[in-house]
Amino acid sequence: MAEPIKLDELICEFKEEIAERIPDANFDLCLTCGTCTGGCPASEQYDMDPRKFLRMLLLGMDDEILKSPWAWVCTMCGRCQSACPMNIAIPKFIYNVRASWPRDKRPKGIRGSCDQHIKSGNAMGVPKEDFVFTVDDVAQEIKDEQPEFEDLEITTDRPGAYMAINQNSREPVTEPDEMSPLWKILHKAGADWTYPTVMWGGENYCMFLADDEGWRYIMEEFVHHIEHTLKSKVVVNTE
Amino acid sequence: MRKYNIPHNFEFKSIIELYAQWIKDGTLKINSDWNKDLKIKFTVQDPCNIGRKIGTNRIVDDLRFVIKAVVGEENFVDMVPNRSNNFCCGGGGGALQAGHTDQRRAYGKVKFDQIIETGADYVITPCHNCHAQIEDMCHHYGGKYYTVHLWTIMCLAMGILGENERTYLGPDLADFGLTEKEES
Repeated sequence: MAEPIKLDELICEFKEEIAERIPDANFDLCLTCGTCTGGCPASEQYDMDPRKFLRMLLLGMDDEILKSPWAWVCTMCGRCQSACPMNIAIPKFIYNVRASWPRDKRPKGIRGSCDQHIKSGNAMGVPKEDFVFTVDDVAQEIKDEQPEFEDLEITTDRPGAYMAINQNSREPVTEPDEMSPLWKILHKAGADWTYPTVMWGGENYCMFLADDEGWRYIMEEFVHHIEHTLKSKVVVNTE
Repeated sequence: MRKYNIPHNFEFKSIIELYAQWIKDGTLKINSDWNKDLKIKFTVQDPCNIGRKIGTNRIVDDLRFVIKAVVGEENFVDMVPNRSNNFCCGGGGGALQAGHTDQRRAYGKVKFDQIIETGADYVITPCHNCHAQIEDMCHHYGGKYYTVHLWTIMCLAMGILGENERTYLGPDLADFGLTEKEES
């Protein structure tokens, strides 16, 4: 006959550890209703789902949690928590699971993008000179070929610009012509804006990698550049 | 920045809010006349980051306002569920670079089915990750829709979309607006 689980004997080190970092985690309030799982597109992948993963945490199955690749299939989209009647912080749980993987065992693609971002300010690892060159080059092409936009002005690091805009680095790097429509709209609207060149990539793979230190560094550098060099009033993300 | 309590004086905005504001106050002159007879149908993928994750539908409602202004209200077909209750496309959270490709595509099947259900010819994806994922699923599952950035359709509606800026348009719109311009 199956033995009942003796709650007093459970050792849930991982749960204790992350609950300390997330004061509003509410892990112990799980009713096992499965609403999270019913609306989760990652359910069943790798034979896992949010309810099961949370049960494992509550039953102290710490090693099994860290062995499952599921934390990298979940996108931390937050649908589970918004549906959860007890408002359990499942995405933050996943983030902390990711953060508990040794850094060199986390997915190479995400890690590489995070490392590049720390080093060169964007996930593609493009030097800022190349970014500035591409922007100038594409802008010149529009001015030459589209008479309606001959007075188009695109600037990088222009102090005092009202808006600083950051955009996904894949646009300038892999599909530069996708920048033009945005510029034209801004031009038509008469927007006063510039591209920052420090931490200019709008993406954030260090967040996905759950690399707190890297994430914080990127944000601090970016904020410092805006506050001290550009002094822009508004930061705009294109996504 | 909230997470790390980094002090700052600037305000954070999504470009979608600005588009909506500019259209409302007349700064940006844009309308849907171009699609009155074509009747090309559009749907939209709500980026989780500007929907559910900000805790209000404010920006995703702006997004709908902009799209309806640009393609015509009757040519916009919403997915169900949507806005803050949307399904993630499966490309977020680094999934596109996490290496679990089969799982990522199985995850995205939910979104693919939702898109097909709308019958839309185009999916507007204001987020770059959503764009990559939704386009990949179209190829993988044999869909017939096209995946476009919002700015492409806005410029198309204003008649200012250049020749090189049409990578993601289908054959129905690939040349739209180009010939008349050359003649004039």
